[in-house]
Amino acid sequence: MHIMEGFLPPLHAAAWTVVAIPFLVVGARRITRITNEHPRTKLLLASAGAFAFVLSALKIPSVTGSCSHPTGTGLGSILFGPPVMAVLGAIVLLFQALLLAHGGLTTLGANIVSMAIVGPWVAYGCFRLTRPLGLGIAVFLAAMLGDLATYLVTATQLALAFPDPVSGFPGALAKFGGVFALTQVPLAVIEGLLTVVVVNLLTEFSRDELSELGFNRRVADDGGATLAPIQSPTS
Amino acid sequence: MKRINLILLGLVVAIAALPLLLPVTRGLAEPFAGADAQAQAAITQSNPDYRPWFSPLWEPPSGEIESFLFALQAALGAGLLGYYLGLRRGQGQRQTRRRRGEAPRRGADAADVPD
Repeated sequence: MHIMEGFLPPLHAAAWTVVAIPFLVVGARRITRITNEHPRTKLLLASAGAFAFVLSALKIPSVTGSCSHPTGTGLGSILFGPPVMAVLGAIVLLFQALLLAHGGLTTLGANIVSMAIVGPWVAYGCFRLTRPLGLGIAVFLAAMLGDLATYLVTATQLALAFPDPVSGFPGALAKFGGVFALTQVPLAVIEGLLTVVVVNLLTEFSRDELSELGFNRRVADDGGATLAPIQSPTS
Repeated sequence: MKRINLILLGLVVAIAALPLLLPVTRGLAEPFAGADAQAQAAITQSNPDYRPWFSPLWEPPSGEIESFLFALQAALGAGLLGYYLGLRRGQGQRQTRRRRGEAPRRGADAADVPD
């Protein structure tokens, strides 16, 4: 989903950067508040960032015959709320822009909007809506749809900047959507499954931190009809 | 629990490996190219006049360096995540033992660790 360096016209690049900045400010404040009020969850917060770090480094083949990567931002979003992921996602994108020439500084704002803002917010909204279906299902759908949303935003951003000479914006959206969104479907499923695995491990090993964040309370609300057993006989 | 996770991880491997086993790249000039690069190519094709107005400050000098940095990124992330989960798992086990009123196994633990 990385829009390459210099591949958005200056006006578009500036506009997306302006959109991203308030989210970064709010996210940074939220991180400060979380680390002050719940210092015990600092390591979990770092781990959520680490998850995005790993997943966005993995280029995975897709059935369309091309490769793309998951984003890993859904996990942190459902644990800590979407504002936090604006900052964590931006760190990942900055690392890749500076060291890997993947994405870029001029397109950083646009890439933050897709991967670190819209993706996490879609994941969070989806998690809250589908929560009654069970924890595992909600986590899966949230991470999967957040991932897909990121790539749809990228396709939209490119279609806005480069409308098709003949068919205009819709034609360009179909073209870039074909490149990104179709390729992404199996990868989004992979991201959904991996996020469920990590949440399963967290509900087993990190119960205290999850309840401190209010995550377990929501888990308990639906009578425990979840994929992840709260009481699991550990060896 | 453990079994569910193993099944899910098995599914992940299957979904990632499937495209490699199917003839999905037949007729493609560049099999399994990156989607980012494909989008870039689509732009230059439909807008041949567009010139990128900024280029990366630094680029990995070779594919080897690039894959090194990608591997480093994945290793750092996986390392931290694994450290965290292992730490909490160990802490949870110690707590469970204490709750069960078992004798503190400090001595036994120390003996278990080969020096």
